[in-house]
Amino acid sequence: MLRWIPLLPLAAAAYHGVMLAFVRRPTPRWATIAISCGSVALSFVLACVGFWKLRGLAPESRVLVDEIYTWISAGVGDQAFSSDLAFALDPISAVMALVVTGVGALIHIYSVGYMDDDDREDKGFQRFFCYLNLFTFSMLVLVLADNLVLMFVGWEGVGLCSYLLIGFWYSDRFNAYCGSKAFIVNRIGDFAFLVGIFLVFRALADLGAPSVGFADIEKHAAQMAAMTLPVPAWMPFGPDWSLVNTAALCLFVGACGKSAQLPLYVWLPDAMAGPTPVSALIHAATMVTAGVYMVCRLSFLFAVAPEASAVVAWVGGVTAIFAATIAIAQTDIKKVLAYSTVSQLGYMFLAAGCGGYTAALFHLGTHAFFKALLFLGAGAVILAMHHEQDIEKMGGLHRRIWRTHLVFLAGVLAIAGFPGFSGFFSKDEILLAAYTSHVPGHQWLYAIGVATAGLTAFYMFRLYFRTFWGKSRAPKALRDHMRDPVAWVIDPLWVLAFFSIFAGIVGLPQAYGDWFRGWGVEESNSLAKFLAPALAPGEPHALAHSTEYWMALGTVLLAALGAALAWLLYVRRPELPGRIARAVAAVYRLVLNKYYVDEVYDAAVVRPLVRFSDRVLFRGIDAGLIDGAAVNGTARTVRGIAANGLKYAHSGLTQGYIFFMLAGAVALVGYLVR
Amino acid sequence: MGVMDEYLLGFITFFPLLVGLGLLATSVLSSVLGATGLPASLWRAVGLASTVLTFLLSLRLFAAFDVTQTEFPFQFVEYAAWMPEYGIHYFVGVDGISLVMVLLTTFLMPIVLLASWTDITRSVKTYVFFMLFLETGMLGAFVSLNLFQFYIFWEVMLIPMYFIIGIWGGPRRIYAAVKFFLFTMFGSLLMLVAILVVYYLSYEQTGALGFDLIAPLGSESPALLDTTIPITGQAVWWQTQFWLFAAFALAFAIKVPMVPFHTWLPDAHVEAPTAGSVILAGVLLKMGTYGFLRFGLTLFPHGAQAFTMPILVLALVGIIYGSLVAMVQPDIKKLVAYSSVAHLGFVMLGIFALNDQGVSGAVLQMVNHGLSTGALFLLVGMLYERRHTRLIADFGGIARPMPVFAACFGIVTMSSIGLPLLNGFVGEFLILLGTFLAFPVVAVIATSGVVLAAAYMLWMYRRVMFGPVEHAENRKLIDLGLREKLVMAAVLVPIFWIGVYPETFLSRIRPSVIELVDQVVKARGAEAAPEAARAEPGLGIGVRSVGEAVP
Repeated sequence: MLRWIPLLPLAAAAYHGVMLAFVRRPTPRWATIAISCGSVALSFVLACVGFWKLRGLAPESRVLVDEIYTWISAGVGDQAFSSDLAFALDPISAVMALVVTGVGALIHIYSVGYMDDDDREDKGFQRFFCYLNLFTFSMLVLVLADNLVLMFVGWEGVGLCSYLLIGFWYSDRFNAYCGSKAFIVNRIGDFAFLVGIFLVFRALADLGAPSVGFADIEKHAAQMAAMTLPVPAWMPFGPDWSLVNTAALCLFVGACGKSAQLPLYVWLPDAMAGPTPVSALIHAATMVTAGVYMVCRLSFLFAVAPEASAVVAWVGGVTAIFAATIAIAQTDIKKVLAYSTVSQLGYMFLAAGCGGYTAALFHLGTHAFFKALLFLGAGAVILAMHHEQDIEKMGGLHRRIWRTHLVFLAGVLAIAGFPGFSGFFSKDEILLAAYTSHVPGHQWLYAIGVATAGLTAFYMFRLYFRTFWGKSRAPKALRDHMRDPVAWVIDPLWVLAFFSIFAGIVGLPQAYGDWFRGWGVEESNSLAKFLAPALAPGEPHALAHSTEYWMALGTVLLAALGAALAWLLYVRRPELPGRIARAVAAVYRLVLNKYYVDEVYDAAVVRPLVRFSDRVLFRGIDAGLIDGAAVNGTARTVRGIAANGLKYAHSGLTQGYIFFMLAGAVALVGYLVR
Repeated sequence: MGVMDEYLLGFITFFPLLVGLGLLATSVLSSVLGATGLPASLWRAVGLASTVLTFLLSLRLFAAFDVTQTEFPFQFVEYAAWMPEYGIHYFVGVDGISLVMVLLTTFLMPIVLLASWTDITRSVKTYVFFMLFLETGMLGAFVSLNLFQFYIFWEVMLIPMYFIIGIWGGPRRIYAAVKFFLFTMFGSLLMLVAILVVYYLSYEQTGALGFDLIAPLGSESPALLDTTIPITGQAVWWQTQFWLFAAFALAFAIKVPMVPFHTWLPDAHVEAPTAGSVILAGVLLKMGTYGFLRFGLTLFPHGAQAFTMPILVLALVGIIYGSLVAMVQPDIKKLVAYSSVAHLGFVMLGIFALNDQGVSGAVLQMVNHGLSTGALFLLVGMLYERRHTRLIADFGGIARPMPVFAACFGIVTMSSIGLPLLNGFVGEFLILLGTFLAFPVVAVIATSGVVLAAAYMLWMYRRVMFGPVEHAENRKLIDLGLREKLVMAAVLVPIFWIGVYPETFLSRIRPSVIELVDQVVKARGAEAAPEAARAEPGLGIGVRSVGEAVP
């Protein structure tokens, strides 16, 4: 049964693909909608069924496996490699599959309304749904894979779909550029991922269990922790590297690519060139969380790789605050959300690196709801504004599009960590994990997390106030015709808003759960209990409830401060931000231009590489040295010898020929009688 | 094996040439009788039909190949005296490796004939004849188990290819054809000398003359594989094996082509007509890698060992250098040509990793490269037919007027850069895994090639397909017609098949690869310690006692 969860969207994508690429006969609009949305909705139902079945099993044996066939195999004996096409549903993949298909189905429905005017001559509507279905398939393969290589299949598959969808409106050169950039930057991560797979396989082969299956990695993680990797002594940390740390770091670099962490995050803000539903589904809710999912999936490996885990936590923490500062100055509504996503993903890595795998997955889930909500809400705003994305040209929208305003507010409150909203609980869990972990400098990580929470509240409320409050800065003609979008677009938002508010219940910490004891709630934090058997045991939470309350209060106060500051600056005294920006012009420009990271990469890597390849390798070595000097040079030399020397031998004078003949004969006789 | 299967291989090999000669005969006959002769379109149709039939027969060969058979490494063996007094026999047979190469060859031939249906308008009859001639030449080289016979086919192949480039090629066709011919001849002649030395050594040791690579079942004739090729001497470079391998390797390396012997390739590819480029990339280059596998490694295991590092380095250079040079090409066809250098670099890595994963991956990648790069050349050809230019700068926004073309090009591009579930990934992954097990550092460097491949292919794709349509001529481009769709559909089927279910091929390749690797490793082990030969260059992962601090 499991195989049908990914295969249904694949079937839909394949149908659309064949119709688009070969048959070229128009599919009616309703059929496209029915096939695409229907397949994903059915996948969701199947995922629910799987989840239910899993809950019925004893906690230790909660895994369903569906083996289809051996996909790649080579070799015999102790190095026999084989990778199966097999899916496994365990608590982590079940939760993830629910999020992917659930949020995915809602976004499919939303897209029907959003992509309405793309039904032009190039069949944009169907093409869009083809890619979206293909994405859902790839993402589900990634999630349900029972081994690293199959996970890599989904991993590259979602990258392809991301590429196709970012560049969906390909006639604009910039969109196409952003698509390629996403794919290539991701490939850098994939390169490390591949090396990680090789290392893991080699290590398991040496332990007598050649495999790339997650179950085998879990089983042998402790033994792998003792293995070393000899490297030349001059290398840092040489001459013996810890194998698990190296492998885990390689895999984490892969995660950095997909989940847009420093230094490979540069593709995600540009990915906003794609249609907004794509930004919501792929670049906020699901695909970009794949890296976090991978780290949690391999929690057993990371748990025995303390150094690698510390790197994960620190990269996550630094990314979280780095991206949050960029988000403050952006004026494109989607760019703000994009940097916010980078920052929130950093949060998740911070948790995972600190051993808080449950917290990471919890935040992954709540973030999927509220960030999808925010993006889709932004999409609704963009539709109402006739494809204007600059918040400087918005303002005062709350009365004109009040439905959109309401759901957007729910999302803002959730991400800012308003007490009781989903984001409040998941963020709390992460901060707790950082606070109690043994990662070097974890107090600093905790401080970074709290500071980021304040920044998040500030930039989100800035976005909110700038868009929905204050005086309208839109042209009058547009202002008068502004309406909430159609039901296809707005209805899924209610559902997402509901979950953004209440999804925190599944992960309600004991400290708050105790309040509801008398109300029949005996068990709180059911998510953690459900996930526990599939994750490496995290760091223990040995904190008094009162400490937890105080910590939460501190974070909330800081967030409230951020929100209040945003209110002061953007509603009460709107002239202030400009003055501040002028006062610290240099800093402001640096942040506004995203620290010039793109420019540095371009000038330091891309351009020199292209120039070197063209001038030195191609023109210099290939055309000049090898082909010009060596190959054609030889030809010229031979021709030269023939033209200037040998041709005189062919004189046509009989005497000359006789002379040479005799000379030859004499030499021959001389040699024989010697 | 039924009666039909008994002569199946020989029939597949010679059928195209026989049809070609038959067509020639009608031509001669009609000119003698003063008749008009068969029309060119009929030649073309007969050519296509016969290559399709050849393909169907080789499918039969593929299906009937018995993976469980172990008594003799080759199947569908045919053995007959040709010039027995010199040990020259007609000796053909296939193992899993040559089997897939035969299938690839017979698969690509009808496709290129169909693809060049409207492209080739001059001297159509001659063209059809040369294509059929070429097919027999290539098949013969893949199935030959007698070294003399192999050499004949190896050289014979050059003749039709020389004319295909020289007659139907682009503006600099003569230069390209001559360059192609001289390069290959240069390597071949050294190989001929080496073949004769091996032949002589075998005669010295057995007292009988024989060119057979292996003794056929129930035969007493000497086998070159059993010949002891001296490895005694002070230094490696003073050994006979070293030099003999070097001579073979040069011939094969030119064909592959490995950097720095590659410069004939971009010229030949760019000037050749589409069909020529497809066959050149799809099959002819594989002669080199196939030669390394079939002859280089098995005849001279120690020689090959001595050359392992230089070859790995050249392969790495090929991957990185080929990719970077491909990236800056303004001409699409030249870009694809340089990408071949990079892809074949991967194949060479796999072969010289000399373990089951690497070699299996290399053999599969030989097929994959034939399909993907062949398809890329077909697509470039379709574009060229419409616009008579191949410069990237002349295009842009092609996806709008030609959506079907863009979709096909997109899939093939992804196959070429090794996207999982398409063919390229399986081969590349196995190669890199195998290389990693044997030479981890080499593998890590090579893996960076996947980033470069994405960079140059996607950059090209973006500039050709996306953006606004800037040139007015491009606005009215006509999308693929039925014939072209058929051609592309035919290529896409195996591209998906190998990606999703490679076992069809891997299962047939596997026994032969295991046998080959064992044979070479054992031959090396005869001198060195048996297990060390395989494990020596490995990763050498150590185990420290549990509890010791991890740095």
